[in-house]
Amino acid sequence: MIELSLHVLDIAENSTRAGAKNVYITIEEDSAGDILLLEISDDGAGMKEDMLNKVTDPFFTTKTVRNVGLGLPMLAQAAEKTGGRFSFGSKEGEGSRVAAEFRLGHIDRQPLGDMASTLVTLIAGNTDVDFIYRHRHNEKEYILDTRDVRIEIEDVPINALAVLSLIREFIQDGLREINSEA
Amino acid sequence: MPKISVADLKKIKERVREDNSLREGSQRVKITVHMGTCGVAAGARTVMDSLMGEITEAKVTDVVVTTSGCAGMCSKEPMVTIEMLGQEPVLYGKMDANMMRQVFKRHVLLGEVQSSFAIAKG
Repeated sequence: MIELSLHVLDIAENSTRAGAKNVYITIEEDSAGDILLLEISDDGAGMKEDMLNKVTDPFFTTKTVRNVGLGLPMLAQAAEKTGGRFSFGSKEGEGSRVAAEFRLGHIDRQPLGDMASTLVTLIAGNTDVDFIYRHRHNEKEYILDTRDVRIEIEDVPINALAVLSLIREFIQDGLREINSEA
Repeated sequence: MPKISVADLKKIKERVREDNSLREGSQRVKITVHMGTCGVAAGARTVMDSLMGEITEAKVTDVVVTTSGCAGMCSKEPMVTIEMLGQEPVLYGKMDANMMRQVFKRHVLLGEVQSSFAIAKG
């Protein structure tokens, strides 16, 4: 993946396919600690314990249409090549949590890229799922919670193009205001 | 911390309400951008951005956009399926932003299937 935001899109799509109702996307940029943390957690189906240590095996997948599963291994590799780490936790019936920690200033770290586009794509494709996106840059924080958006737009579908365009603008403005450096 | 502008959302709500065609069930076209790991890595999100830009520009309101997972034809990604009311779905492969623009303008708006990009029908 050429951008970390594409990893976020890919992993969050996993959550929606695991039947999640809420997907929490958290990004934390800590300049002093030289850390960029990506975390995606959900309340989807989760996994059995015996599957947990196989998720970073590229030849393990739960899908039947093909016999490779590259999403999590690629994210793990991207994190580890910057001197960071990857962790995965899941409990059957409760949900899953993926965390990847990057060295913020490492030369091999991909740019975060277009998070607004990632969120809009997720919302457009999964109208029955709520996304809670929290992005912290040192002391500043931006939050987008689609549950709040739904309250405001009432019966207007959240995937109406006008709503999606506005959400895209909100995120772009929000990330500019917290001076995201990733 | 910037919050959602309530005024903006209210404006959108009024605007969209005036246009009944946006209600579910009255869509003429459903466009699915395949968004598995393979699709995302091959550029599906750029295709999606291009598609949303085209729909906004054309000011059409009877087109709904969605995503799907990997269909097992990873080498043909990014793939896009166009389903028009009363017609067989058409699957396009190896798409990019420009091809998406062409497919939207010619197939979705004018009904001309772009057979040079299409990989399957039905």
